[in-house]
Amino acid sequence: MSTNDVLLTMRDVRIDGFSDDRWHHIIKGVDVTLKRGEILGFIGESGAGKSTLGLAAMGFVRPGCKFVGGSIEFAGMDLLNLSSAELRRLHGSRIAYVAQSAAASFNPAHRLLDQTIESTVAHGIADLETAKQDAIELYRDLQLPDPENIGQRYPHQVSGGQLQRVMTAMAMSSRPDLIIFDEPTTALDVTTQVEVLTSMRTIVEKYNTAAIYITHDLAVVAQMADNIKVLRYGETIEDAPTREMISSPKAAYTQSLWAVRALEKPPQTSIDTILEINQVHASYGKSIKVLDDISIKVPRGQTLAVVGESGSGKSTAARVITGLLPPLEGQIIFNGERLPSALKNRSKKQLQAVQMIYQMADTAMNPRHTIRDIIGRPLNFYLGLVGAAQDQRIMELLRLIELDESFLDRYPDELSGGQKQRICIARALAAEPELIICDEVTSALDQIVQEGILKLLLRLQKELGITYIFITHDIATVRAIADQVVVMFQGQVVEQGGKDEIFTAPYPAYTELLLSSVPEMDPDWLTQLQQQRALIE
Amino acid sequence: MNTPNTTDGSYSAANEVTLVKARRSVLQNIWRTLKTAPPTAWFGMVVITFYLIVALFASLLAPHGQAQVFPMAYAPWSEEFILGTDALGRDVFSRLIYGAQNTIGIAVATTLLAFLIGGSLGLIAAISRNWLDQVLSRFVDVLMAIPSLIFALMLLSIFGSSAMNLIFIIAVLDATRVFRLTRAVALNVVVMDYVEAAKLRGEGLGWIMRREILPNIMPPLVAEFGLRFCFVFLTIAALSFLGVGIQPPTADWGSMVRENAGLIQFAEYDLTAALTPMIPAAAIALLTVAVNFVVDWFLHQTSGLRDEH
Amino acid sequence: MLQTKINHRVFIHVHPVLTTIIQRLGLGLLTLFVVTVIIFSSIEFLPGDFGQAVLGQAALPETVEAFRRELGLDRPPVERYFMWAGNVLTGDLGTSFSGRDASGVDRSRDVWQLIQPRLANTLFLASMAALVAVPLSLALGITAALYRNSIYDRVVNATTLTTISFPEFFVGYILILIFATYFKVFPSLANISDSTPLLEKIYRSTLPAFALTLVIVAHMMRMTRAAIINLLASPYIEMAQLKGASKAKVILHHALPNAWAPIVNVIAFNLAYLVVGVVVVEVVFVYPGLGQLMVDAVSSRDIPVVQACALIFAGTYILLNLFADVISIITNPRLLHPR
Repeated sequence: MSTNDVLLTMRDVRIDGFSDDRWHHIIKGVDVTLKRGEILGFIGESGAGKSTLGLAAMGFVRPGCKFVGGSIEFAGMDLLNLSSAELRRLHGSRIAYVAQSAAASFNPAHRLLDQTIESTVAHGIADLETAKQDAIELYRDLQLPDPENIGQRYPHQVSGGQLQRVMTAMAMSSRPDLIIFDEPTTALDVTTQVEVLTSMRTIVEKYNTAAIYITHDLAVVAQMADNIKVLRYGETIEDAPTREMISSPKAAYTQSLWAVRALEKPPQTSIDTILEINQVHASYGKSIKVLDDISIKVPRGQTLAVVGESGSGKSTAARVITGLLPPLEGQIIFNGERLPSALKNRSKKQLQAVQMIYQMADTAMNPRHTIRDIIGRPLNFYLGLVGAAQDQRIMELLRLIELDESFLDRYPDELSGGQKQRICIARALAAEPELIICDEVTSALDQIVQEGILKLLLRLQKELGITYIFITHDIATVRAIADQVVVMFQGQVVEQGGKDEIFTAPYPAYTELLLSSVPEMDPDWLTQLQQQRALIE
Repeated sequence: MNTPNTTDGSYSAANEVTLVKARRSVLQNIWRTLKTAPPTAWFGMVVITFYLIVALFASLLAPHGQAQVFPMAYAPWSEEFILGTDALGRDVFSRLIYGAQNTIGIAVATTLLAFLIGGSLGLIAAISRNWLDQVLSRFVDVLMAIPSLIFALMLLSIFGSSAMNLIFIIAVLDATRVFRLTRAVALNVVVMDYVEAAKLRGEGLGWIMRREILPNIMPPLVAEFGLRFCFVFLTIAALSFLGVGIQPPTADWGSMVRENAGLIQFAEYDLTAALTPMIPAAAIALLTVAVNFVVDWFLHQTSGLRDEH
Repeated sequence: MLQTKINHRVFIHVHPVLTTIIQRLGLGLLTLFVVTVIIFSSIEFLPGDFGQAVLGQAALPETVEAFRRELGLDRPPVERYFMWAGNVLTGDLGTSFSGRDASGVDRSRDVWQLIQPRLANTLFLASMAALVAVPLSLALGITAALYRNSIYDRVVNATTLTTISFPEFFVGYILILIFATYFKVFPSLANISDSTPLLEKIYRSTLPAFALTLVIVAHMMRMTRAAIINLLASPYIEMAQLKGASKAKVILHHALPNAWAPIVNVIAFNLAYLVVGVVVVEVVFVYPGLGQLMVDAVSSRDIPVVQACALIFAGTYILLNLFADVISIITNPRLLHPR
């Protein structure tokens, strides 16, 4: 391959960011080489610096950051030494950007079509009419509904998945040499994500555009990229072609990135039911019904996973069980007796038996309380433990969640994300409950930390015989932890059964769609899925 | 900071990377924070301390009584009367010192009362979120639709100008602002999962208010206290200047400006005389500037300006 | 394949912007109504012997009784409110308390006649200040936001933080001291009347207008700066930069269409603040305006005049805020182009 094919070369790029009254190194000397027409994936966890590096490929840093070293060469131009006017001429013409949150990144005051062609026309790449016609073609290529007219709409008038595709059309409008995709599907549900991924890949292939695809999801990047770069704390961990990276990752860190996917609990069966939800209807206010005739049985000492996309009603189901949202109709039977539907009518014993762990450990703990206060309160409240007895029990709980006494007097913001979630688990355990509701407890965490939390939860279940209701949108998590699965869609239960049962064909239509939409590690997965779905249609 | 220990394959939750703050006593913490304060904040704190000392020890510091009348009106600046005397022959310097006590005292009392009323109602409204919240919020909307100085003028014309009326009227009018802020910040805290967790645990309203919400809304409330104080202080000064605030013979800075305003006409003959009414006005301005500087710094400190990258 | 749902909602006949505006206007009227009730009922709180106080200790019981009847105190409050409100709507603000004496001789003046020339003067002064202050503070605020953290921004910021802390009368007397008594450039007393020629009027009102301008520029500039910085932090502004839009285009095409609502709110808020500031500044410069009149009426407890002034000030305040809200509504793309 000749060096003429190289589009972008970044050498020893270093970027500092200003926070807490001093400068920190965010990017600590990273090299990137990208050829024309190639797609390079940046993968890493939060704080890896992948977005910063993606923007740096455009010669751009966010306010509060600065380049402190290295060189960036794009198509023979040294981006770091271009004037801002020269850089502007490149942006939106030869390099384009697709942001994570399309809803916030479109100007609410202008029509989609005008925003799509804005830079193409402003940079003199095409005249207004040509650009408009071309944009409509791009909308069609991206499988947007009503491509002729959708451009006349305003950003708030179309859905998130559609906006993300319009933004891809906007990036593609000037036929750039390079597009930076910055986590473009992270905010979308899996079934929407598949559609957006498919249309983005199709169009990038059609025009042979080079791209940098930034994500934290290895399975997603496997579908999109030719090569993958693994980043951590602003440094490169590993560079490899996609297939090689998936089949034989070298660095231990890279292997840990899909640790959760390797975890799988052999399902067990139980005949005893701890909690039963009978024909529950619920709604917020008097408007839309969020739960429509739901019946769920939770087996004792096992894990029931409730799976669904946003708006499926899975979190509302948890609120009904806890009594935060009394149902309109139906009943909740716990250990054979009916639970009062409203929280305030439940006895202390009933409250104690059902505990809850939240998605965001940050907001689930009072930032002004120490770990001692946080774990100690339920001990005191439910069990009446005080003084040394309380302290001793706190210590036992800390050891149970694999932390030590040095955490006792810390505040939540002095803990890492995983540690915070562990404290929340300890707080739930402190009440000595029979049932714990876990609401997306791992979805805000990095992969390796997710694995740790899931293993901990499994171990605790084995040792203490606790029942879990595990609410999640992530199929990999379900595989890792569930015995029984409930699939929810638009406020209804689509399917309920043992894990093996749910994950083997034949499926109801929605379960099929949901399961087939979850990206797999196989780089050919998306291609095959496209072919399968094309066959069905 | 611990080193990330995942590359060697073994994983320990306790060793995840975190920022642990060193344990220090409250005094040490305060001193550490003070050391990082910008010069404007230091200036503000020094000025406020000075004012407080003057206000507390006014009777010891003042050479004469605040209502003591000497037989020479409009005496020039001298050793006996450092800033001269006013139209009635009262020592301006002594009145300036007593003015600190009266003006600041009344403003602090008013602000405290406003926070007592507005803060507690705002907290209750935010937690209850029911008809009471609706009634209080609409009522406050209407009160805030009238400019508070105008409202205060109207009420003073009805009830008459006395220190008690002044404190009560301004406190009620200002409580509306405190109510809105308290309710808004408390609403942000009420929706937090930890408050829900406390409710699920079965905690009572008292615990939730005292232990879960109050500690988390203190920083904005403390800042607001500073700003409210400035506002109240300026309003009372303005009312006194207009002659309907603090009534003579009680010395206060607003009315001192009014009483001596005529002296400005003599600027070309005797600049010191012309400056006499400016000094109490400047005293008001200086304290307000000082409080604003400190609040500005405090807000900067507590607004959590820790950008994630 | 699961088709993404598109909202094909039936077009509603009344545009939502219109309904929102009507709702807002309704709310404004309601507020105005409640405010008039509050202002009206203030008289209810007067001590029982105030008739004596107004007419003097020597007043005969019959005279006091006649006075109370004139005020309608013998009738139920609700009935009196509607009479009063009806009179106000037709421009009849009642008669002043002053000018009455114990003998029952009534030389009191019609409140509207008292107010009318004063109101004109106040509006003149406020407009003069607003004409300078609004463009000046918008310019300062926007430039400070665009060049934030520059030396310019810091200087403007520190200066305005200081001026905000100055009581209006301090600013006023500093100006008098410098420009009227030390250097005799402007008159210290703004003595104007209907017969004063316009240029002379402007000249005599310069200092009070200047004082008012200083007071509100500080507030308005800081609020404009905060609003613009908030706006510039939006992701769509960063997107516009990454699309290679020039600085001018980012500001004019991307920021400005979304800036109307915050800017108009800042202006309305500060003009409303001007209404309050005008009271103190008028007293400092002995300017024959409404504020001066109100303060005098408060001192002499001339309730009908106080009520009328309060009504005018509060009404202006409410209308300004209403106006700002309506502008916010009609410039909001989400309301203009509903789903």
